[in-house]
Amino acid sequence: MLHFLRRRFLFFFFTYLVSSLTIFFLLRILPGDPARVIAGGREATEEQVAQIRVELGLDASLPQQYLTWAADFIRGDWGDTIAFRGALNRDLIIERSVNSARLAAVALLMSAPLSLALGVIAGLFENKLPDILISLLTLSVVSLPEFVTGLFLINIVALRWGRGELAQSLGWWFPSSSAVPANASFAEMLPALWLPAFAATLVLLAYISRLTRAGVIEELKRDYVRTAALKGIPWRTVIWRHVLRNALLPTITVIAISISWLVSGLVVIEYVFGFPGLGSLLIAAIERRDLLLVQAIAMVTVTVILFANLFADAAYALLNPRVELS
Amino acid sequence: MRLIADSRHYAAFERLARSQLRHPQSAVGTLLVAVFLILALFGPQLAPHPNPNDQSHDVRRPPTLDLGRLHLGEHPFGTDRLGRDVYSRVILGAGSIFQIAGLGTLISVALGSALGLFMGYQGGWVDEIIGRIIDALLAIPALLLALVLIGIIRNLDFDAGSWQAALADNVILLVISLLYIPIVARVARSTTLDIKTREFVEAAQIRGESQPYIIFREILPSVIPSLVVEASLRFSYAIFLVASLGFLGFGARPPSPDWGLMVNENRGGFYQLTPWALEFPALAIAILVIAVNLMSDGIRRAVQKGS
Repeated sequence: MLHFLRRRFLFFFFTYLVSSLTIFFLLRILPGDPARVIAGGREATEEQVAQIRVELGLDASLPQQYLTWAADFIRGDWGDTIAFRGALNRDLIIERSVNSARLAAVALLMSAPLSLALGVIAGLFENKLPDILISLLTLSVVSLPEFVTGLFLINIVALRWGRGELAQSLGWWFPSSSAVPANASFAEMLPALWLPAFAATLVLLAYISRLTRAGVIEELKRDYVRTAALKGIPWRTVIWRHVLRNALLPTITVIAISISWLVSGLVVIEYVFGFPGLGSLLIAAIERRDLLLVQAIAMVTVTVILFANLFADAAYALLNPRVELS
Repeated sequence: MRLIADSRHYAAFERLARSQLRHPQSAVGTLLVAVFLILALFGPQLAPHPNPNDQSHDVRRPPTLDLGRLHLGEHPFGTDRLGRDVYSRVILGAGSIFQIAGLGTLISVALGSALGLFMGYQGGWVDEIIGRIIDALLAIPALLLALVLIGIIRNLDFDAGSWQAALADNVILLVISLLYIPIVARVARSTTLDIKTREFVEAAQIRGESQPYIIFREILPSVIPSLVVEASLRFSYAIFLVASLGFLGFGARPPSPDWGLMVNENRGGFYQLTPWALEFPALAIAILVIAVNLMSDGIRRAVQKGS
């Protein structure tokens, strides 16, 4: 157990090191001068480029630059933005991260129960009609690119339904754009969150339900299930008390891993709905060539994903003492 | 000898085809992918207006497609705000998405399986180090890496005609290959580890065969089934990624008839004016993604059952 956690921590730090090196060197070893790109490309004068080079410490050796950059990141000194003049990268990223986290939380609250239920049903009826229907659903509608489902939701739910008489009389409609002020409170933001969160739910649905289905099927084939059934325990009790208990334990890990999927999905969904989250900030930062902001966003994202995975593995190990080192 | 190998390949292909036909959803998926492939290959011959940027038509004409009478009309999918025939553009757009996703899959499967076979066969610290680095790289979300790479490479100034400029022109292909090589390598490696312990490999080792011979002539044939499954899965993700990148403005540049780009160009305020200019390319993406998913799911099932 302790051995497992120690190995897991070691892997965490190694992964963190490799991904931060990747993010750092991606923006350094590529042909071209980062100082010139930051200064504004070919139009920048030599003095401007030289000044930025000194400011960013680009005149030092590469390993030294990496260490300075990593230390600055840990201390929270992520530089000034170029894309959004006058703001600090850190403030901007924290504000947008909070928004993305709200969206992700609503999406997880919607998708986790739904996809677990679908996965369990599909698993219990392996290769029967409910399973085929669910797999058809997850393979088709749900596997569409996020921007297709997002636009579909905007056009059908927000525009058509929202203008219908029923929606007007109920006073229940969804805004077609989620471009709320970035510093709005959660309550102010909530009406704008439903549709993008639903689009994100679809992203997770296929993934979580498929893995849950596999878990249930695997568990049903175990010897203890047969023993329990032969002992005369009602099938219903076998399912609820034994199978689901064991099959749903790994889904903690599944949901944590799906955070990585969610991050990719949210970039597109935030862009489609105009939601002021970290994903739309990333796209804006890349479009405006703000390399430091891009680096900081990438590092924050990787940090979130790695911590989610670490906590999931630790929680799983604590809940399931049989977990072994492999 | 040659003949035996060929008939074995034919038998495997026949088994795959039979399995696809037994499951209606896989058959439909495979059929649709074949239709899109024909569009991709013969787009310029099939499109009524082979120039995707032919603006000589009336602008904002609604679709003349009549499904009830099976009648196409002059502009089956209407014309966009610049007077371009949407039907022709959708047909012509199939080529680029197949080309990029297909080539990206081929490159990543070829290089990834070579890397994975080598890692799995070699074992030891080489395998350990490369394997850990691959695990660590996969912690970064693919889309994030793709956006960052494309954003940087595109913003660099290259001299026209240099190899860097050629690279920058094919940046999406490059990025897809780079993203998928480690994933394919991991699959090939784990299958190789399993095959390596079989008797026929040991026999070859005792015979004193060379390492490339053992890897490619003895191990590779047994790894191919899992590579086929992985290739079909990669292809479906590649289609998804190309469409998403096009939509985000990181793929093909205007005025290319890229489906994702067409969807992006016609959303927002333009949607009210010409909804068909957005809906038909979006529908094309939706059908292709679903079809490829159904096909690759069928391939996975057939291969897993066969082995």
